[in-house]
Amino acid sequence: MRNEARGRELRLELSILGVFIGIFLFFIIGSPSVFTRFDIYYSFMSTIPFSGIMALAATFVVVSGEIDLSFPSIMGFAGWVFAKLSNVMVNRGMSPDLVIVLAALVCFATGIFAGFMNGILVLKTRIPSLVATIGTMFFWRGLVNVAGQGFGETLVPLKETVLFKIFVGRLGGVLPAQAIWFLALSVLFWLALKRHRFGAHVLIVGDNVQSARMMGIRVTGIKMIVFMQMGFFASLAGILASLEVTYLWPSMGEGYLLRTLAAVFVGGTSVFGGMGTILGTFIGAIIIGSLEGGIVAIGLTGFWTQLIYGLIIVVSLSIYSYFRQRE
Amino acid sequence: MAVNPNEARLVVMANIKKSFGKVNVLKGINFHVGDNEIVGLVGDNGAGKSTLIKILTGVHRPDGGEIYFKGQRITIHSVEKSRELGIETVYQEQALSEQQTLWRNIFMGREIRTNLGFLKIDEQRRETERILREQMGFTSKAITTDSIVKSLSGGEKQGVAIGRALYFDADLIILDEPTMGLSLAETKKALDFVRNIKARGKSAIFISHNIYYVYPVADRFVILDRGMVAGEFLKKEITQDVLVEKMVLLAKTGKIT
Repeated sequence: MRNEARGRELRLELSILGVFIGIFLFFIIGSPSVFTRFDIYYSFMSTIPFSGIMALAATFVVVSGEIDLSFPSIMGFAGWVFAKLSNVMVNRGMSPDLVIVLAALVCFATGIFAGFMNGILVLKTRIPSLVATIGTMFFWRGLVNVAGQGFGETLVPLKETVLFKIFVGRLGGVLPAQAIWFLALSVLFWLALKRHRFGAHVLIVGDNVQSARMMGIRVTGIKMIVFMQMGFFASLAGILASLEVTYLWPSMGEGYLLRTLAAVFVGGTSVFGGMGTILGTFIGAIIIGSLEGGIVAIGLTGFWTQLIYGLIIVVSLSIYSYFRQRE
Repeated sequence: MAVNPNEARLVVMANIKKSFGKVNVLKGINFHVGDNEIVGLVGDNGAGKSTLIKILTGVHRPDGGEIYFKGQRITIHSVEKSRELGIETVYQEQALSEQQTLWRNIFMGREIRTNLGFLKIDEQRRETERILREQMGFTSKAITTDSIVKSLSGGEKQGVAIGRALYFDADLIILDEPTMGLSLAETKKALDFVRNIKARGKSAIFISHNIYYVYPVADRFVILDRGMVAGEFLKKEITQDVLVEKMVLLAKTGKIT
């Protein structure tokens, strides 16, 4: 039998869906009182989108054949810029509604610039992205430490603004706005990867750079955009995560790295580039993001979480590897 | 003479010179391709075959000489330019994306899309289907527009690369060692795709150092040796055995007679 692309991806997405259903069945059976009520899902919807949105962006990075380890630090630094700038402007008596818009714009610009720097290091200086982004990971984190001196920033003055409600408000009092952002962005990312010329070029570049060049695809430009969108969405995640708790912790972003990348790989996107699934990342982010709460809810201690993370990752990646070898 | 001056010429390269540093790779080559003609460009490694071709495809710029395409004098300074003119190269490594579907490969870099850049997938699939069945003559139901390139055989991959070049209306298709690394059965398939170029009224340059593969499909042979044209023969003037003898002689003595 020849391999049909749609069949292959469907198999992959069905198996991640299977893992997802299995885990939630396990949770529901293990703790029916928690998992048949809305509260736990409300909690998932308010926390998962931060790493989920970055996982969507990271999927593009991985598909293009690169990696970015600096996005949690970009999230931290851009978020710090957002919070600090907001406080400076609010203290000068500016209207919070205007302040949050300006601070958000500067924050996005910071994220895009940080992504651009990664692009320069990888594409012009020609440092492999794995090591280049280790460098920028330390750099941006270090910059938050030096600039913030370990102090956090309150975001309470922004709480009554329109943009606050658009970012992290509660639709109908119950639905976190960030969950809607995550869902909408997932659809957009899917369209971009599978239905748009940009995604087509990202797939081709990640598949075989030489072939892409010979067919006249602008490899450098494509990868640059990929790094920049990663920076942008890290800064967006920084805004959402700090607004959600109306406080900026200078350590924001720490702990996001491996979980976010785990969501991408558990979702079924290939480490080798050239192949990826947005639906997989979407489900992968929900799996990774719900494990901790679920494990505690079914009565295990928090000590179990890492062990179960490890199991889920190893089992799901083994399934994908098995499929790949049968091709 | 091997060259009939009355036949229509698609490409003429006159007195082409190229050196890299102190090494004279091409020492004034005269080369042409006629309309609807398959030219076998043969010679040992280092004879200058690929340098000559890279000048034609805009990868290298010549140090001297003139190039005419459809009677017009031209300068080719980029790969894009040569492609615009209608010169497509099918590389040894085929320039395919292994993990992607056929329809993505056929249109890679030249997607059919809306003004906003969204792919017209149905149209790309339909056109790919047409290329597969009509132009490339794939009859096997096992190969569809959604097949992944990795699952094709070596000869079939050459077929896809050639089919793609034909679809985009190349007048001249350059085949760089298209049978390299292929099994006998796969080589036969690849050669059928080369014959198809001729049947569709287009021209090709077939680069190889294996006479046995070039002979059956080419109309004319140009033998390069150390940056010079060592000999030129129409197929009707020479048998395969004599051509091979001349190649052996050339390798031994540096002369073909």
